[in-house]
Amino acid sequence: MSNAEKMLDIKDLSVVYKTDLETVYAVNGVTLSLEKGATLGLVGETGAGKTTLALTLMRLLPERTGKVTSGSITFEGENIIDLPEAQMRKIRGDKIAMIFQDPMTSLNPVLTVGEQIAEALLVHNEVGRSKEEIEARVDETLTLVGIPPARKREYPHQFSGGMRQRVVIAIALSCEPDLLIADEPTTALDVTIQAQVLMMIRDLRDRLGTSMIMITHDLGIVAQTCDNVAVMYAGEIIELGTAEDIFAHTMHHPYTDGLFASLPNLKSKTARLQPITGLMPDPTNLPKGCKFAPRCSRCMEICKEVPPEVYTEGTHSIRCHLFHQSKEN
Amino acid sequence: MHRYIIKRLLFLIPTVLGVTLIIFIVMNVTPGNPGRMILGPNATAAEVEAMNEELGYNDPILVRWFNYLKDIVTKGSFGQSYSTKRDVLEELWPRFLVTLRLAILVLTLSVCIGVPLGILSAVKQNSLMDTIPTMIAFFLAAVPSFVVGIVLMYIFALKLGWFHSYGLKSVSDYVLPVVSATICELSAYLRFTKSSMLEAIRQDYVRTARAKGVAERTVIWKHALKNALLPVVTSIGMRFGCLLAGMVTTEQLFSIPGVGSLIVESISMKDEPMIIGCAVMVSICFTLLMIGVDLIYAFIDPRIRAKYSKGG
Repeated sequence: MSNAEKMLDIKDLSVVYKTDLETVYAVNGVTLSLEKGATLGLVGETGAGKTTLALTLMRLLPERTGKVTSGSITFEGENIIDLPEAQMRKIRGDKIAMIFQDPMTSLNPVLTVGEQIAEALLVHNEVGRSKEEIEARVDETLTLVGIPPARKREYPHQFSGGMRQRVVIAIALSCEPDLLIADEPTTALDVTIQAQVLMMIRDLRDRLGTSMIMITHDLGIVAQTCDNVAVMYAGEIIELGTAEDIFAHTMHHPYTDGLFASLPNLKSKTARLQPITGLMPDPTNLPKGCKFAPRCSRCMEICKEVPPEVYTEGTHSIRCHLFHQSKEN
Repeated sequence: MHRYIIKRLLFLIPTVLGVTLIIFIVMNVTPGNPGRMILGPNATAAEVEAMNEELGYNDPILVRWFNYLKDIVTKGSFGQSYSTKRDVLEELWPRFLVTLRLAILVLTLSVCIGVPLGILSAVKQNSLMDTIPTMIAFFLAAVPSFVVGIVLMYIFALKLGWFHSYGLKSVSDYVLPVVSATICELSAYLRFTKSSMLEAIRQDYVRTARAKGVAERTVIWKHALKNALLPVVTSIGMRFGCLLAGMVTTEQLFSIPGVGSLIVESISMKDEPMIIGCAVMVSICFTLLMIGVDLIYAFIDPRIRAKYSKGG
């Protein structure tokens, strides 16, 4: 992976939510990169810090509590952590766009769908489009996501959940962003609609050549859409690799193994699913060794004391003591 | 929409029926009678009884209620005051207008100051722009309204002599009562605007707007405020209704002949027709206000607009 191809390069990023009472360590030293046109799947259970990472990329962390404590995010050659707000606003929506999780709440109920799509175009109107051209672009975007343009004068409450998510996607795509962050775009939808929306996102990505970060807790979605996969746990990337590394390879972080074991498999006759026991550690008080140690079935003495280094093999890297040991032996 | 308004106006009929019946019952179970109140403590029991008989007070309440409603429908009359013998409407109307004028002024001033302060303190939450207005408003709300009135009266009427301390003869006479009532109202406006605005700012669609790269000012004014206004409009409507009947303290303090003081006087006189007249007037106003609020709602929120046009 040469530097020139990297459109997004996150280095050692840490984010905390700080209130008077406590400090939540949401993202802890994440290093990731994304090539132009590639799709990265960000997998992990609720509370792993996936959405925080996405909001940090957009610089939309809650103003008073959310703080980036270390690291850098280089997007198209610029460190966006230090950008002044006014300049960041130019990137937001135009270069980096985000599809939000819940279509029922992420549209403004008192504005028409057309107004909400046109807004992004109006804000980023560097080329000086006329009103008619913007309206034409709104129609075009709506057609793209499979909504008849005539419906742009309707309000969000007149749309079903799946249709609203299409509108949310249309808003994100209206300015043809270089990077699209999809934060669990199908979680709130019915299974049948999920597949539709997912296929649409995939098609649009291929057609527009957009790079994408697909945040999900659904490994099936990852397998269908992603080139690379990052597994996140308690704010850390614990395993990173190509889709092949994750889905075809046998060597995994015990947490990733756990994720796969808790998926139903039609081919092998497993009597019951094996959930990962226990809960995610308290983010205000993380374990000092490996963050997964308290739940890990293969936990060793060292895991409780020393945070593991990343073990790398080609494109595949795992943050676990197990593999360092086997290499030494 | 028209059908909806007509439906709501028709609702006035059961409202008036209910209000009048409740007052008849309440007046009946409370001690005292108008004859004794009019004739004073020195009158004999027989004289009081004769007076009550003459007023028709001795009839069973359902009969009195029925006669009262009959007079409204057939003569358009709300009866005569027991104590002044004048037509209720004639006596009530000018005093109602005084209160209405006062209430509109207080409402306008409170909305103009309280709502922007509420928005400001929500947007700048936890900064000085939030804590200072909030603290001042809460302090003023904690002080009873008559204390505020007396202090203002003492400073501006007695010491400085800028205004009169009673009556409403000139425009400047409105200043003290309006200001003192506003001071007491203000914190409510600030509080409900602030909480509703805070709620709106936290919504997902506000984040969506920010994610589009929209400037913060537009996010607040276009996205958050319009949604935050709904509960604010309701609260303003309610406050206005309450002001119409509830400015007794201000009216008494500044010797203003308004509806509030009329109600209090009438209750102490057991002046049944007057009390009921006032109550009916206030409840009609309240209903009209709420219809107004609903219309504004429909104007702001397309979801409600859709519901009205569907349901007629």
